[in-house]
Amino acid sequence: MLKIENLTAEIDGKTILNGLSLEVAAGEIHAIMGPNGAGKSTLSYVLGGRPGYEVTGGSVIFRGQDLLDMEPHERAASGLFLGFQYPVEIPGVSNVQFLREALNAQRKGRGEEPLSGGEFLKVAKEKAALLKLDMDMLKRNVNVGFSGGEKKRAEMVQMGILDPAFAVLDETDSGLDIDALRVVGDGINTIMRNSGKGVLLITHYQRLLDVVKPDKVSILSKGRIVKTGGPELALRLESEGYDAVMAEPA
Amino acid sequence: MTQDVAFPTRKDEAWRYSDTDALAGMDLGAFDRWQDIEVPAGETVRETLVISDENSDPDGVELRRLRVKIGKGARFELFGVIAGAQLGRVEVVLTLAEGAHFEMGGITVGGRSTVREFVTRVAHEEPNATSNQIVRSVHWGKGTGNFLGRIDVVRDAQKTDAAQSFKGLLLEKGASVNAVPQLEIFADDVKCEHGASVGQMDENARFYMAARGLSPEASRRLLVQAFIGDALVELDDEAEQERLLRIALDKLDKHL
Ligand SMILES: Nc1ncnc2c1ncn2[C@@H]1O[C@H](COP(=O)(O)OP(=O)(O)O)[C@@H](O)[C@H]1O
Ligand SMILES: [Mg+2]
Repeated sequence: MLKIENLTAEIDGKTILNGLSLEVAAGEIHAIMGPNGAGKSTLSYVLGGRPGYEVTGGSVIFRGQDLLDMEPHERAASGLFLGFQYPVEIPGVSNVQFLREALNAQRKGRGEEPLSGGEFLKVAKEKAALLKLDMDMLKRNVNVGFSGGEKKRAEMVQMGILDPAFAVLDETDSGLDIDALRVVGDGINTIMRNSGKGVLLITHYQRLLDVVKPDKVSILSKGRIVKTGGPELALRLESEGYDAVMAEPA
Repeated sequence: MTQDVAFPTRKDEAWRYSDTDALAGMDLGAFDRWQDIEVPAGETVRETLVISDENSDPDGVELRRLRVKIGKGARFELFGVIAGAQLGRVEVVLTLAEGAHFEMGGITVGGRSTVREFVTRVAHEEPNATSNQIVRSVHWGKGTGNFLGRIDVVRDAQKTDAAQSFKGLLLEKGASVNAVPQLEIFADDVKCEHGASVGQMDENARFYMAARGLSPEASRRLLVQAFIGDALVELDDEAEQERLLRIALDKLDKHL
């Protein structure tokens, strides 16, 4: 579903991704773990097409298409969702207005009919309930005045509404207390655990992986994938640390 | 009334950032045409005003001058969009009697080398009057947006509360905005506030919006709408709000 080959990318002339290869099949949840500064967020931004993140080599094929050839909004319309490590506040624009426009823009890009205001609100209510986020929050401006945990839950409500084929979730668990972590984890399972969908789940913590059980786990270090294994790899990282696990031969 | 029949120049304080070259060849009579409005005591009058490509010459000058007297306890509201003419200029000269209120929301948008400006002179002549002026300017190309707001508070006008807020949003490098507040205060128990700022579009927000599927045009429109919406929050008529917003946003869509 997503095939990344030998990807290199730089920011301000500094190489951050350095020959990264990774494949995620449909139906798979693939966890990415790695030390701070390894390039995890950079990978998610490069996949999203963020300006300033320059791809200098390699390829990314997403659902049979050259992802790197598409504009950011076209990537979204083709089914890619980015869950931001730091969701952005947009004063003056309500969640409802923003998400309805976004959803209808994506639907239009796929040749589907737009949802009416009523139809949209029905979907939004359902997804807000799933993530236990008060519907009133969705009437407020995008992420403005939201706590860290509310922002992350709102990200998942957005994902539920947009219903993407593939999600790259960047530290969606950071800033969540234990209860919220379970709600968010269950939300990810409900929305994305599907034979036709895929997830790249960037996290530091086993506790999210206890809820969202990954099929594969990869370690990203210094801009490339250095090890891939099953769920047990995450457990070993938790008990032994990155240095020990990465030190052994691949 | 004696008339000053010479063209204004940039040396005149109230024309400092204007396009006085555009005035050449203009009918001098225009400088003496005023729309007079009297708001009787206790009443409310709302005026909306649009300068757009529909009602003005894109290469010409469009000058609108309002002279307003607001009676005791009365309220005057002015909401305007300047989105047309080489030089589009709205001047307001206004006096407030005791306990009166003046509410203004102004929007300027434009590119090329156009100048679009609000020039107000608000006189608090009696106690307890309030005024609130909000101007939002969005420009691109070599376009300029100005807000020159003078506030006079006479000695007896205690408990005056006067506020001005200006924000500029520059969508391209060559564009500019200017805010010139001028306060002449002769009473001592007075609240006068003014704020001015200028910025660019939030690129973080734009990438976030793109990542959710919005095209660059759509995200720009949403952000600009949020930005200029400030000037219309006090307009208590949704249809009219919509109409003014659309005029400003359509201008943007058509020319950028
Ligand atoms: N905007 C930027 N400009 C310059 N360097 C950056 C920028 N963003 C990230 N980096 C650098 O890229 C590297 C990877 O960062 P990041 O992808 O955020 O790591 P992670 O998410 O794995 O913690 C770090 O060395 C960081 O300092
Ligand atoms: Mg990160």
